[in-house]
Amino acid sequence: MDICLHAEKVSKIYPGTKALDEVSFDVYTGKVNVLIGENGAGKSTLMKIIAGIEQQSEGQLFMGTKKVQFQNVTEAKQNGIGIIHQELSLFPNLNVYQNIFMAREKTHGSIRLDNEKHIELTKKIMEKLEHPIDPHVLVGDLRVGQQQMIEIARNLIQDDLKILIMDEPTSSLSAQEVQVLFKIIKELKAEGISIVYISHRLEEIMKIGDYVTILRDGKFVASSPVKNIDIQWIVKEMVGKGKVYPKRKEEIDWSRREKVLEVKNLTVPKKGGGYLLDHVNFDLKKGEILGIYGLMGAGRTEIFECIMGLRPEHTGDIFLNGELLRIKSVSGQIDRGFAMVPEDRQREGLVQTMDIGKNISLSSLQKYARSIFLNEKKEERSVDAEIKDIHIKVADKRLPILSLSGGNQQKVVIGKGILTQPTILLLDEPSRGIDIGAKTEVFEIINQYADEGLSIVVISSELQEIMAIADRIMVLSNGIKTREMMKNDITEDKLVLASYQGHVIKKNVS
Amino acid sequence: MKTDLTSNLHKKQSSNSLALTLLKGRTLIVLALLLLFFSFATPNFLSTNTFLLLAKHVALYGILAIGMTYVIITGGIDLSVGAVVGLAGMIAGGLINNGFTLTMFGVTLYFSVPIVVLFTLMVGAFVGWLNGIIITKFGVAPFIATLGTMYIARGFAMLHSNGATYSNIIGNEALGNTGLSVFGSRVFGMPVGALILVFIAIIAGILLKKTTFGWHVFSIGGNERAAKLSGVKVDKVKILVYIFSGVCAAIVGIITASQLEAAHPASGETWEMNAIAAAVLGGTSMAGGIGTIGGTIIGAFVIGVISDGMVMCGVSEFWQMIIKGVVIILAVIVDQFQRNLQAKIALQARNDSKTEPKEEIKI
Repeated sequence: MDICLHAEKVSKIYPGTKALDEVSFDVYTGKVNVLIGENGAGKSTLMKIIAGIEQQSEGQLFMGTKKVQFQNVTEAKQNGIGIIHQELSLFPNLNVYQNIFMAREKTHGSIRLDNEKHIELTKKIMEKLEHPIDPHVLVGDLRVGQQQMIEIARNLIQDDLKILIMDEPTSSLSAQEVQVLFKIIKELKAEGISIVYISHRLEEIMKIGDYVTILRDGKFVASSPVKNIDIQWIVKEMVGKGKVYPKRKEEIDWSRREKVLEVKNLTVPKKGGGYLLDHVNFDLKKGEILGIYGLMGAGRTEIFECIMGLRPEHTGDIFLNGELLRIKSVSGQIDRGFAMVPEDRQREGLVQTMDIGKNISLSSLQKYARSIFLNEKKEERSVDAEIKDIHIKVADKRLPILSLSGGNQQKVVIGKGILTQPTILLLDEPSRGIDIGAKTEVFEIINQYADEGLSIVVISSELQEIMAIADRIMVLSNGIKTREMMKNDITEDKLVLASYQGHVIKKNVS
Repeated sequence: MKTDLTSNLHKKQSSNSLALTLLKGRTLIVLALLLLFFSFATPNFLSTNTFLLLAKHVALYGILAIGMTYVIITGGIDLSVGAVVGLAGMIAGGLINNGFTLTMFGVTLYFSVPIVVLFTLMVGAFVGWLNGIIITKFGVAPFIATLGTMYIARGFAMLHSNGATYSNIIGNEALGNTGLSVFGSRVFGMPVGALILVFIAIIAGILLKKTTFGWHVFSIGGNERAAKLSGVKVDKVKILVYIFSGVCAAIVGIITASQLEAAHPASGETWEMNAIAAAVLGGTSMAGGIGTIGGTIIGAFVIGVISDGMVMCGVSEFWQMIIKGVVIILAVIVDQFQRNLQAKIALQARNDSKTEPKEEIKI
């Protein structure tokens, strides 16, 4: 078997920790080499070393028989290695061809930019990628999926590309875009380009991968050709021991529970025509976990934003315990008993400059105030109780929030919501970007609070996860509610099918 | 072998935390060094008189810097404070010297000093409120919004007297409006300005650390979006912060006019820069979310000591500017260094907690 790049016992030591511990890794030529592991397993570190972003502390890299060492990204590029980052690294203020040719510009006499050539090559490459986007469009105006294509195009423009590293490339793509990406990957393979593929989506790996390497806690665990394994094997190797999502009790008769929330004809217009949400109706019962499934951009987050008062342009009625709400502000909604855990933890959930404790109490500070002064004892007691209650692993709550792992940071955001003593909790992708161990814990917390009578709405794009956690699921597609199912009625096929139906309905109408 | 590694690690960590302690106290260390230097360089420096003079000077931009610290912690900036100092002085001086003429009735009203002061503070509050409204409701960047109000306030200060100075604003016994000079005088041997600084600093310090309002200020600067989603009334808090800054500036305007017993429309020019410098020297992060009142006061004293000390050494004003500039840039460089170190230590803690208690995760 042809090996294009071989990492021999590579270690990376950061002050205080070993991120990679003598990991050996083979990149097979013209194959999709999948790298998986929980967060913090060392995948990204290994990729950064191969791409020249970071340098290993010990161990060697070989390309063929030649020993290589990349001091920076440019050196790696010269050896034909390109990387597509998980977070897109594009310039939203520049247009498509400027983005693609940034730092590898074509010029007349190495001074004047040769934009004709840029445009011509851009058109060619975008056609190949089946996304004929006008080269003059600003990248900031493109959809995330299209931006991802630009990122790929940027790497393909490189003449002698040998290895392309993709760090969770599908995390922001729609299903159709994923299909296009997979087709492109197959074409690249046919051209002899090797792919290194990192993903959390196991179904995807089974479909596209050729070889799987599993890391855990910075160490090599196992590797195998994909054809010899199944998902259970991967999960077992990743986690170390078998773990499953906690299941919901099924014997509850929901028809007899009272409705706490009722949403009627919720509609949000889209900029430039159409709807982000198109007359959506649903209700939520006491102690129930309602799942909202749908693709990116289906309108899931918008529902939460309407309820929390972040979208004053919405129309339709929202009833809390039968009473019509006039929604004015986020703080007003929190006072009414709503709490939201936003999707993007870093951007919307945490205040990075504040310590762990203050991040937990931020939403409920008013409760610990005597006139304007903060009763710190009272605050401290509640925060301590919350930390204990949802098992946040902290040495000291006065440490900076960024000293926590992703999973614990997420628990802090959830804790902040719960501390306001809500009656309705809105969770937007609560398990995004945290490892399986922490995911299980997060879902146990959700389960526990639902059993205590808290009504919860969970948005998730992971099938298995939402099927395990929800009592009822509604599916959104293109702003339209396409299906609603009770627990015992849910199957993966039905969910996936319903998540595309909105687009079909739209087409039929027009 | 392993124990060797961990002990090395601990040594490294403890040296890191020592460095961090020194870095955190750096402004105080710099202040001490400056005092030491000037006490050797100029024989008269270590005297009560010098310090009273110093306190009088520091009071002015110290008070401005307190308001500025609040604004900067929310992630904003207030360039209008210097102009508000000038405007406030002109309004107070004008009211005392010329009174308030109601042309409709052809009468001129003279107010007592407390009312003059109150009115002046309200003007400061109004400019701050305007800043807040422009920034929150119209979404104008704080730099531009307050640059605009800076020109507007300065323009009104000039218009007020057509650019002339109100001199001798001591009031008239017969009109019952004497007494503005109290803000420039001394009580128990201390300049009143300095006492006001202490008073405001204590109030501002408590407000920032011990109240929900203070924490909301911090949260807005740390992550405005997260603060909003957490139920913090972002617009309201921001407007209040700019009002506070405006009031601080008006107070400084009154003190200045009182100290000089005159109001000049150009007074306070470029003082906003001193206020920003004091806040930054005191460890306030221009990115928002970080800062203390104590630090700002120390920062104000550093600037004061440099200015006054150099004057006493006979250093020309032009060199003073250059040295001040260098000190400010150095302060921010060191500040960056400290933040990087802190981030590193935080990450270390995260990695440590990851490697050690992994086993005890129970499901």
